[in-house]
Amino acid sequence: MATHLDDPRVIEFDVRTDEMLVNMGPQHPSTHGVLRLVLRTDGEVVSECIPHIGYLHRCAEKIGENLTPRQWIPYTDRMDYLAGMNMNLGWALTVEKLLKYQLPEKAKHLRVIICEMNRIASHLVGMGAYGLDLGTFSPFLYAFREREKILDLFELACGARLTYSYLTVGGATHDLPSGWLKQCEEFLDQLLPVIVECHALLTTNSIFVKRTAGLGILTPEMAIDYGCTGPVLRGSGVDHDLRRDGEDRYTDMYDGYAFEVIVEKDGHYPKDHEYPAVPREAILGDCWHRFYVRMLEVMQSIDLVRQAMDRYSTAKGDFGTPVKLTEKLPKGEAYLETEAPRGQMGFYIVSDGGTIPRRVRARSSCFCNLSVTHELTRGCLIADVPAIVGSLDVVMGEIDR
Amino acid sequence: MSGEAFLDTLKKRFPDRITGANFEAIDPWIEVAPEGIVEVCTFLRDEPGLQFNLLNCISAVDYFETDPKKAAKADFQPHLELVYHLWSLPNKTSLVVKVMLPRWQDDVVGQIPEVPTVSGVWSTADWHEREVYDLSGVRFTGHPNLRRILCPEDWVGHPLRKDYEMPLEYHGIRGR
Repeated sequence: MATHLDDPRVIEFDVRTDEMLVNMGPQHPSTHGVLRLVLRTDGEVVSECIPHIGYLHRCAEKIGENLTPRQWIPYTDRMDYLAGMNMNLGWALTVEKLLKYQLPEKAKHLRVIICEMNRIASHLVGMGAYGLDLGTFSPFLYAFREREKILDLFELACGARLTYSYLTVGGATHDLPSGWLKQCEEFLDQLLPVIVECHALLTTNSIFVKRTAGLGILTPEMAIDYGCTGPVLRGSGVDHDLRRDGEDRYTDMYDGYAFEVIVEKDGHYPKDHEYPAVPREAILGDCWHRFYVRMLEVMQSIDLVRQAMDRYSTAKGDFGTPVKLTEKLPKGEAYLETEAPRGQMGFYIVSDGGTIPRRVRARSSCFCNLSVTHELTRGCLIADVPAIVGSLDVVMGEIDR
Repeated sequence: MSGEAFLDTLKKRFPDRITGANFEAIDPWIEVAPEGIVEVCTFLRDEPGLQFNLLNCISAVDYFETDPKKAAKADFQPHLELVYHLWSLPNKTSLVVKVMLPRWQDDVVGQIPEVPTVSGVWSTADWHEREVYDLSGVRFTGHPNLRRILCPEDWVGHPLRKDYEMPLEYHGIRGR
C-alpha cells in the first residue's frame, strides 16, 4: 500500500528515529540478480534509495571492439538473458543497417515469430518473479511451466535454451524444423487459459492489488525525462511502441500486422473488456499498471505470433543467408533501437571500413528504467521497495553488460 | 523539416556553436562545439517543431590507433567523439548530436577532457554521463554526482580508451 511520510492516517510516522543506512542486496532474493540498493531509512520509511550496479560488468563493449559483428552475437545473448532472441535481433538489425542489407520476406516473419515468442517467455518470468517479490509462490510455478514449453520450442529451432545466437546478421542460422509451427500453434492454444488463470492469481487478487495499486507512481513527464521505455513508459500512459513508431528497418518486420499499442487511452486499454477491469485503487503509472501492461502484451504477442505463422508459411524466399563471419563493413556508423520486452534496446556500431568495428555500444533499456528508482522510492516503506523495483522488471545482465 | 532548413535554423540561432553537419550519413548528425552543448540541447528539446524530448544514448568513441604503423595511415587525428542519440516522441524522428573532444585536456596525458553536463536537460544523461566518465574518461562539468558507475570506485583507468591497459593486479586478484 502506498504510504508516504506526510500521510496523516499513520500516527507512527510522526515519531522520528535516527536515520539508518540499510544494504539491500547484492544477494537479496528480490533484487533480480546482483543489484545492491543502499537505503537511507527513518524507521520503516525510506528517505533515499541509491542503486549500486556493476556487479555483472564484463565490458562487453570492449570485447566487441575485438570481434567481428557476427562473432559478437553470443555476447548479446548474455545481456538480457531472459530475452536473448530480442537482443540478437537488435544487434543483427543494426549491423544490417550499416551493411544496407535487405532481408527476404520469410526471414522477417521468422524473426517476428521468434521474437514475440521470446517476449512471452520473458514477460512470464517477469510476471512470476514479481509475484515472488510480493510473497506469492504459485504464479511463479505456473509461469515457469509455460516458459519451459517455449524453451523446448526454441531448443527444437536452434538447439539452445537460454543463449540462442539464433537470429544473426543476414537472417537466422537455420530454418524452423518441420512440424515446428504445428507444435507452436498447439502451445499457444493451451497458453490462453493459463494467462486467464494468472489474471485470477495476480491481476485481480486483492492482496496483490493492495500491494501494488497506487504505489510507485511514475508520471509521464518523469518517465520521458529519465528515458524510461517499454512497458514502464506505456504503464504511465505514453503511447509509444517502436514496433509501430520505430525506424523503417524495424517497423518493416511488422508491416501489415494488426496490433494495437498496449496503453491506456481515456481510461481504457485496447480490448480491455476481455480482461479483468482496472481496480479503483490503481492510478495510471503505478506498479499495478506496469504489471498489467506486461500481461496484456503477452496476449498481444500470442496474436502476433499467430499472424506471423500464417505469413511465414506462405511467404516467398528463405530464412535468410547469414553473412560471412568476416564480412567487410563499410566505413560509417549506425544506431538502431528495437522494442525488446523490457524497453528499447539500442545498438550502435562505428566502423572504419575493416571487418572489426571501431566501437560497439549497447544502450540498455533497464539501465534507464532503473535510474528512476530513487524518485519512485522516496518516502515509501522498506517492504514496498521490492514491489517498486520488481515492477520495473530489471535484468542485471543487461544493465551491467 | 528538411535537413537543410533545419540546419539553417540552427545556424541562425547558434552561429558559432554548430561546427559541422552531415545529412547524407545513415543517421544524420550535427556537430556542436563543446561549450555550446547545453544551450543547443535545450533548444532541441523545447523548440515546438523539434521536441527531441527523449535522450536515447550517450556514447564516446575513441579515435586512436595504438599501432604506430596503422596510426600513420589513419585518416583521422586522434580525438574523442561524444555521440548523443536523440528521439522526438511527438514527431517520431531521430537526430544525432556529436561533440569532438581532445583525447587529453591540453595534451597532458592523464588529464581527461571536459564538457558541460546535459543532465539538467534530460535526467537520462545522469547515469549515461557517469558511464561515459567511468569507461571512456570524459569529465562532465556541473554533473551532480560524477562517480564511477560500472567499475569499482577505486578502479584505475578508463577501459574503453584504445590505449587502456588492464591492471596487473587489483586487490590481490591477478588481472593479466
